[in-house]
Amino acid sequence: MASSNCTPIPIAAVEAAESHIRTAHEHPWAVRLCHWLNAVSLFVMAGSGLQIFRAFPSFGSKIPQRDLLHVPKSLALGGWLGGALQWHMTFAWIYVATGAFYVAYQIFSGNYRQSLIVPRDRAGVWPMIRHYFFFGRKPAQTEVYNPLQKMAYTSAIVLGLLSVLTGIVLYNPVQFSLLASLMGGFHWARVWHFCVLCALLLFVLGHLIMVILHGWNNFTSMLTGWKRNPEYMP
Amino acid sequence: MPDLANRQKPRSLNRRELLKLSPLLVVGAFAIPKVRAPLLAAGVNFTDWASAKWFRRDHLAPTFADSELAPMEKFYVNTYDVDDPEVDLKKWTLTVSGDVRRPGEYTLAQIQSLSKLTQNTRHICVEGWDVIGRFGGARISDFLQFVGAKPDAKFLYVECADDYYESLDMASALHPQSLLCYEMYDQPLTREHGAPLRLRVPTKIGYKQAKYLTSLRVTDVVPKTGYWEDQGYPAYYGL
Repeated sequence: MASSNCTPIPIAAVEAAESHIRTAHEHPWAVRLCHWLNAVSLFVMAGSGLQIFRAFPSFGSKIPQRDLLHVPKSLALGGWLGGALQWHMTFAWIYVATGAFYVAYQIFSGNYRQSLIVPRDRAGVWPMIRHYFFFGRKPAQTEVYNPLQKMAYTSAIVLGLLSVLTGIVLYNPVQFSLLASLMGGFHWARVWHFCVLCALLLFVLGHLIMVILHGWNNFTSMLTGWKRNPEYMP
Repeated sequence: MPDLANRQKPRSLNRRELLKLSPLLVVGAFAIPKVRAPLLAAGVNFTDWASAKWFRRDHLAPTFADSELAPMEKFYVNTYDVDDPEVDLKKWTLTVSGDVRRPGEYTLAQIQSLSKLTQNTRHICVEGWDVIGRFGGARISDFLQFVGAKPDAKFLYVECADDYYESLDMASALHPQSLLCYEMYDQPLTREHGAPLRLRVPTKIGYKQAKYLTSLRVTDVVPKTGYWEDQGYPAYYGL
């Protein structure tokens, strides 16, 4: 471990200093890869989706057309409707493949226990909300993810699934007519698809705020998997 | 937490763990302009391929009650050039060519002599709006039989009075709801909706529903795919 270009530190001192450091391998390789792949594809899907929405920014009739909102060009990706469709239809597969691989990995590795919310987590959700939003005392962290986090991550997976199902109906409302009718038909599937996007963006916003609040050590754990001195370790 | 090893982290692991994320560079290819276009084209083709796989020739598009119809005046007129290409309706014929036993000029009366199907189906524009309309016409499959089309030809290629053009894969063209449409809302097609003849294929996206048809070709090779498709929109786009 000798480094050539800095002041040598006695090995014993290094070991002594490092013996205080406890590290945990929080995120397996597959989870980290899926996380960043999904970050890219979700960004592309949202951007190109907004460009597609710009072609008809309404959920009503074509005649008369009442625009719901104006999506600025700067938030849209793809340049024009045809270009956005190309991005959307290409990254949809990366998005689906990433999600499918992630869910399969979580199930077969058992890693889902870390992030899936289960009934016994219920009691812990409200204290976390109180801590984050109403200055409540911070509950002791006993696991990698607290109950509120588990709830957020679990709902993100559900939202991901809903985004795919509503998207399939928008693309193929005739072949998937049964699924379409469950959503109230093509017209309503478009509304749900947009609602799912809003919910996902809300999740991403909250997620980014939390990442900033929890600092570098927490952030790098999603790159390397390792977290130094996590709260739940003595 | 049995999964979490409470052990020391060797320093070299950081780099090794980061390297494990290198598959991410694959999506970075989309940032390279030269590679981007072919990648996106491949993505669209793959999506089209999936859509063609999902297509079932006996699965019908949903039909709707008269009460669910949008009124005729709320059926948006979408044209790429002019609403009325000034077709001479009296002299109009459909030029049929390609892999057919009886090529030539076909009159509207001949097309109307085939059994008529009238249905309320949903028209969906690639822009995202949709409208339920009432369409009447002859089944494309009946007409193809009428002109003696080669049964295993791959495509139907149509040209329009406004220089629009389109192609349909044969499976979609032969779908029992695919029409050579000459009526909307039980009235002869108005000029802006494609008089005297248009395509009405409820298993396809809006831009496939070509209006003001002038010619129809049965072929294995299409010279071009379609007006919008050739500018980058999906070629198959089944619904």
